[in-house]
Amino acid sequence: MEGAPDREEIEAAIRGHQADYVEVRLDDTATNRIVYRGRELEQIGRTRSFGGNARALVRGGWGFVSFNEPTWLRQRVEEAVSAARHVGKEQSTLAEVQPVVDSVPLEIKKDPRTIPVATKKGLLDRYNETMLSVDGVTSTNITYSDSHKRVVFASSEGSYIGQERIDVVSRLSATARKDGDMQQASMSLGALNDFSYIETLDETARHLGERAVELLSAPYVKAGTYPVVLDPILAGVFCHEAFGHLSESDFVYENDRMKEIMVLGKRFGQPHLNIVDAAAVPGLRGSFKYDDEGVPAQKTDLIRRGTLVGRLHSRETAGKMGEKVTGNARALDYRFPPIVRMTNTYIEPGQMSFEDLISGIDEGVYARNWFGGTTSMEMFTFSAGEAYMIRNGEVAELVRPVKLTGNLFTTLMNIDALGNDVDFNQGGGCGKAGQMPLPVSNGSPHIRIQDCVVGER
Amino acid sequence: MTGTMTDPEPILQAAHRLGAQQAEVFAVQSEETPVRFEANRLKEINARQTNGVALRVIVDSRIGFASSTKPGDVQALVEAAVETAPFGPEAHLDLPRDGQAPDVDVYDPGVEALPVDQMIEVGQALIDAVRAVEPELLCDGYVRRGDSSVTIANTNGGMFTYRGTGYSAWINGTLIRGTDMLFVGDGDASCRADLDLKAVEGSVVSQLENSRRTAHIRTADLPVIFTSLGVASALIGPLSIAFSGRMVHQGQSPLVGCLGKEMYDSRLSVCDDATLPYRPASRPFDDEGVASRRNPLIDKGIVRSFLYDLQTAGLAKAKSTGSAERSLAAQPSISTSSLLIDEGEMSFKEMVGRVKDGLIVEELMGAGQGNVMGGDFSGNVLLGYKIEGGEIVGRVKDTMVAGNVHEALRRLVAIGSKSRWVGGSVKTPPLLFESLTVSAK
Repeated sequence: MEGAPDREEIEAAIRGHQADYVEVRLDDTATNRIVYRGRELEQIGRTRSFGGNARALVRGGWGFVSFNEPTWLRQRVEEAVSAARHVGKEQSTLAEVQPVVDSVPLEIKKDPRTIPVATKKGLLDRYNETMLSVDGVTSTNITYSDSHKRVVFASSEGSYIGQERIDVVSRLSATARKDGDMQQASMSLGALNDFSYIETLDETARHLGERAVELLSAPYVKAGTYPVVLDPILAGVFCHEAFGHLSESDFVYENDRMKEIMVLGKRFGQPHLNIVDAAAVPGLRGSFKYDDEGVPAQKTDLIRRGTLVGRLHSRETAGKMGEKVTGNARALDYRFPPIVRMTNTYIEPGQMSFEDLISGIDEGVYARNWFGGTTSMEMFTFSAGEAYMIRNGEVAELVRPVKLTGNLFTTLMNIDALGNDVDFNQGGGCGKAGQMPLPVSNGSPHIRIQDCVVGER
Repeated sequence: MTGTMTDPEPILQAAHRLGAQQAEVFAVQSEETPVRFEANRLKEINARQTNGVALRVIVDSRIGFASSTKPGDVQALVEAAVETAPFGPEAHLDLPRDGQAPDVDVYDPGVEALPVDQMIEVGQALIDAVRAVEPELLCDGYVRRGDSSVTIANTNGGMFTYRGTGYSAWINGTLIRGTDMLFVGDGDASCRADLDLKAVEGSVVSQLENSRRTAHIRTADLPVIFTSLGVASALIGPLSIAFSGRMVHQGQSPLVGCLGKEMYDSRLSVCDDATLPYRPASRPFDDEGVASRRNPLIDKGIVRSFLYDLQTAGLAKAKSTGSAERSLAAQPSISTSSLLIDEGEMSFKEMVGRVKDGLIVEELMGAGQGNVMGGDFSGNVLLGYKIEGGEIVGRVKDTMVAGNVHEALRRLVAIGSKSRWVGGSVKTPPLLFESLTVSAK
């Protein structure tokens, strides 16, 4: 990494401290960003985020120091060690891993760095114009960014890993307005190491413009409890928000009551339910080869045949719970220590066609597309970008966007049918402990949930 | 503080050499030390040093932008900014010239001098005090001190610099029984080393006490009280976005054309104020160097002003209200500073007493989703209580509340007589609404 200490310097800086464990991570990220609001291009710019951190563990206590100037690296490590010593009063527990020395090349499909700014702007101009040309659309919002990140990780156990990735993220949004009423239709998209999807968004842009206008004359759903069918995108968000966060072991490992709730072998869903987190599946936003503790990416079964069989770990949570590492310690950037995070989280497909999923529903809601979601572990809430009523076994009228909420435990049990399709939402960024947006993906088939609380808006 | 402060002059000169008619450097140097607690005890001590510079240039009337946290990256920074300019928006701004700004106290040397051991004691004492009331509560939290210097320099000769400190503490508690989870929490923030931790403790304890029992609420349109915490978590976001001059100029705010009109209950007054001493959102000037001031947004129900940064003001033929805010990663955008809602007449106790069958919202989860721009708010009640016959009878679960903030503020029953700061930048009393959509399982 240009302008950063080399391997020899880094390894010298982490050697020989009075600590149970020491690591250094350096990060150099170059981002290009374009933002439109309405006809105006509001921002275009290039940012460079360069820095590093040192993290140390002493008697179970952590010290962490981050910086932009990677000089006096050994001194930074000493600061982290001394902070850790201040905290530590117990015993350090880190699950054992094999040290790794590796340099992971960038597996690029279409490289945004080779696309001239004029071409990127030309494409976005076109989508913006498409949305604005729909009669009734009063404004738009487009954000685009491509981000090339290079990370070097070194630990006192002998790991030394270099990794690179490019995230291409975009969000298109159309707003329609009439008599003081305003409606919005949006779509978030993303890809790892590939610009090409940005070239084919004409249809998406037209759909969003038309949808925003249609929503002005759509009725609100009557708030209440309904059978609900979720499309793969929204079901993926549900899987991430409602269940995924609960499987992050940092919520569990020091909490005896959470351990009771999340005891392995406990039944969470019907026998058809299988949920997986897998950074090792290549080419998705949550994919990588090593996590930010140098642990190789894996495929972790969380729920198998309706039963809890696994959870996500950092080296510390795995060590403290006496379980195997899963490679889920991730940091947003050099300013943050790695914490337990999801990667690509998905519900495996079942057998049923979409027609069969909805055919038995007299009155229900078909909710599509992601707008947002959040969880308090027991309770979740997520909002759909689009929603339709289901009447007499068929998709009926468009209604205004809905919000779905519920208790995780009953809702997972209430998933009574899984579709035979599967799709991944790659436009999301996950937030936790101030670290946002972390690239993740989530996926699912269409799913049907009985007795789901639906609120308007 | 450690690290080298960026000298803006060579950057401005380099930009000029590469053809920039105007240029502006925004440099930040900061150091932040959070001590973090997990599972009732100290877990981690952090030290975060940030040093970076952002550059805006105007070349042939168009704005280019670049930023970098890489030390000594001047040439690459200037080239990147100038390269993006031909594609950038047309400039409608004139960078401020002189350093006339009000005196706003945001620096306390006492914060820098705070020993880490004292921060650890403060955090542990807060956790211990709350757990004395509920020993099964599992607490996370942090105590954080920070110190930052901001410099803004431009080719019009404007040079603005100030130093500010910050001190904050926050505690979150979780109580789990079976699969039932209760979340409580509160905190305080200041530029001075003087947090009101007794109030934080009192607030969390009262949350625990109101949640001792669980109550069932029915799906209906019901009267709802938002506590100060509830107002901040659910209503401030959708309300303040409508006052963004950019949203108004783009026709995206529901308040387009409403300046001077009575849009809200006539008892409601709201202002934005970056000049209050020692508030975390205060500053002598905004992130473009425009002097801070007090901006009345709603005065007795009448929409009084919108908030502007320089570029939006230029586009909308308005004046900057000193509302530009930026991080290193992006160009300035419009933001509220401290947002204050004036106190009303009714005590919280009276409010509760007036409600026969209704809901109190302390925290709404997922409130930032949906049509926020249009003023909609809705979410799951993460912490809230049911009122029956004028008394709090217990915590509600599986309950959603939805409404539109602009509509709801027209149909206010009462404004609380006592306001408090929430999260350092919002000061509000509780609000009682006539009727909102409540859905429950």
